[in-house]
Amino acid sequence: MSGIHVSTKINGDAVEFVCDVEETLLDVLRDKLGMTGSKEGCASGDCGACSVTVDGRLTCSCLMLGAEAEGHDIGTIEGIAKGTQLHPIQQKILDHAALQCGVCTPGFVVAAKALLEKNPDPTETEVRFWLAGNLCRCTGYDKIIRAVMDAAAEMRGQ
Amino acid sequence: MRYESPQTIEAASALLASEAGLARILAGGTDLLVQLRSGMVEPDLVVDVKNIPTMTSIVEENGGYRIGAAVSSAVMNEHADLCAMWPGVMEGADLIGSTQVQGRATMVGNLCNCGPAADSVPGMVAANAIATIVGPNGRREVPVIDIPVAPGKSTLAKGEIVESVFLPAQVKRGGDAYLRFIPRTEMDIAVVGVGVNIELDDSGVCTHARVGLGAVAIKVLLVEDAAKALIGSKLDDAALDKMAAATSAACKPINDKRGTIEFRTKVAGVLAVRAVKIALERANKRASNGGEK
Ligand SMILES: Cc1cc2nc3c(=O)[nH]c(=O)nc-3n(C[C@H](O)[C@H](O)[C@H](O)COP(=O)(O)OP(=O)(O)OC[C@H]3O[C@@H](n4cnc5c(N)ncnc54)[C@H](O)[C@@H]3O)c2cc1C
Ligand code: FES
Ligand code: FES
Repeated sequence: MSGIHVSTKINGDAVEFVCDVEETLLDVLRDKLGMTGSKEGCASGDCGACSVTVDGRLTCSCLMLGAEAEGHDIGTIEGIAKGTQLHPIQQKILDHAALQCGVCTPGFVVAAKALLEKNPDPTETEVRFWLAGNLCRCTGYDKIIRAVMDAAAEMRGQ
Repeated sequence: MRYESPQTIEAASALLASEAGLARILAGGTDLLVQLRSGMVEPDLVVDVKNIPTMTSIVEENGGYRIGAAVSSAVMNEHADLCAMWPGVMEGADLIGSTQVQGRATMVGNLCNCGPAADSVPGMVAANAIATIVGPNGRREVPVIDIPVAPGKSTLAKGEIVESVFLPAQVKRGGDAYLRFIPRTEMDIAVVGVGVNIELDDSGVCTHARVGLGAVAIKVLLVEDAAKALIGSKLDDAALDKMAAATSAACKPINDKRGTIEFRTKVAGVLAVRAVKIALERANKRASNGGEK
C-alpha cells in the first residue's frame, strides 16, 4: 500500500484523500470522493467534460494527477449551485434547451463560469474560442453559446 | 511509479539522476499525462517541478524576461509587458490546446517533448531564447534551437532540467510574429508553423533576422538562408520572395492526410512572408512608441 496522502480544498471545504500515484484528479473525484458530476469523455484533454478549476484556473482534471492537488483549491461542478438555487449559467442552459444527454454540460458550466469571472461581457467570438476545448456530440454549440451569452447579460444585470 | 514534488531544482535533479529506472519531469502534464494514460511511457519516477519557486516566476532581467519553466501559458499570456515585448512568442504558446490546456501547458514542456509541430518553439527560436539547464554537473545555458533532436528525443542528459527560458530585450525597431496553418480554426496540430523576429535600423534596413520553422522536418529548424535573404534589405518584395524560396527549400516534411509534401513546402514560404509583414508592422509601431510596446 503506497498511497499518497493529499490535503486539498474542494469547493471551499478542506478535503483529505489517499490516492495511487497513477490516479488522475478526475479518478479521485469520481471514484474516491463520489463526486461524479465531472465526466470522463476522452481522458486525453480533448473534450473538456472533466473541467474543474485549480486555484481559480480552468483545467482538465483528467490531465492532472490526484497528487498534484496537494495544497490547492479545487472547484468542481458540485460547488456551483447554491443548494437548490441554480447558477444563472445552469438556469440558462435549461431555458435554452442547451443539453440533450448532458454528459458535456458540467464541463461547459465550469468553463463558462470561469470565463464570466474573468470577462463578464464577452463577445460571441470570445465565448466560442474560450469553449473550444468543450465538445458536445448531441446538442450542437449554438444553443450552448446563446445560453452563456444570455447568462452573462443577466449576471451583468441587463 | 513514485511521485516526488521537491522544493528546489537541485533536489529535483538529484532525484532524477539517482533513479535507476525510467524517470520523467512533470510540468503541466498535458503531454505526459496523455502518454502515461495510453501506456506510451511507464516511468518509475515522476518529478513534479511546479513547487520550485525559481521555476514558477517571471522576472525582468537586463531589459528582457526570464520565464520559469513551469509557468503556464495562461499565466504568461496575462503578463502585459511580456506580451507587448514578444507578441509572437506569446501567440505561439497561446495556440497550444484549449483554455483548459492553457491553464497547465508550459513552453518548456512543449520544447522538451520535442514534437516537430510544437507551436511555441519556432517563436522562441526566432527570438533566440536561451534555456538555463540545471543538472548533476551544475548549470549551463543553451539556445533553445539546440535542445530538440527528434520526436521525444532531446540533448538533455540524465538528471538535467530546464529551469527557465530567457527572452532578451527586444530592440527599439524590432518585432516578432508566429503563424501556423491548421485545417480548422482551433484545437489542431500545425501543418506548418513559422516564427520570425526582425530588427531594423532607423532607415528601415533589416539588420538582423531569425526564422524558426515547425512541422516540416524531424525537429524545429532555424532557417539561416531565410534570414540572410532579409538582412540588408528594406523587406521589399524581391527580398521577401527570396526569403520565401529559402524557407520552402529548408522543408523536409512528411506526407500525410493533413498536408502533402508539396502543400507544406509551399505554405511554409507563404506563411513566412505573412509573418515578416506582421513583425515589420510591430517593429515600426514599437519604434514610434520610443522602443516600448
Ligand atoms: C487537447 C490537447 C491539445 C494540444 N494542442 C497543442 C497544440 O495546439 N500545439 C502544441 O504545440 N501542443 C499541443 N498540445 C501538447 C501539449 O499541450 C504541449 O506540448 C505543452 O506545451 C506541453 O507542456 P506541459 O508543461 O504540459 O508538458 P509536460 O507534459 O509536463 O512535459 C512534456 C515533456 O517535457 C518534459 N519536460 C517538462 N518540463 C521540463 C523541464 N523543465 N525540463 C526538462 N524536461 C521537461 C517532460 O518530462 C515531458 O517529457 C496539446 C495537448 C492536448 C492534451
Ligand atoms: S475527459 Fe478530460 S478532457 Fe475529456
Ligand atoms: S448534450 Fe450530449 S454531449 Fe453535449
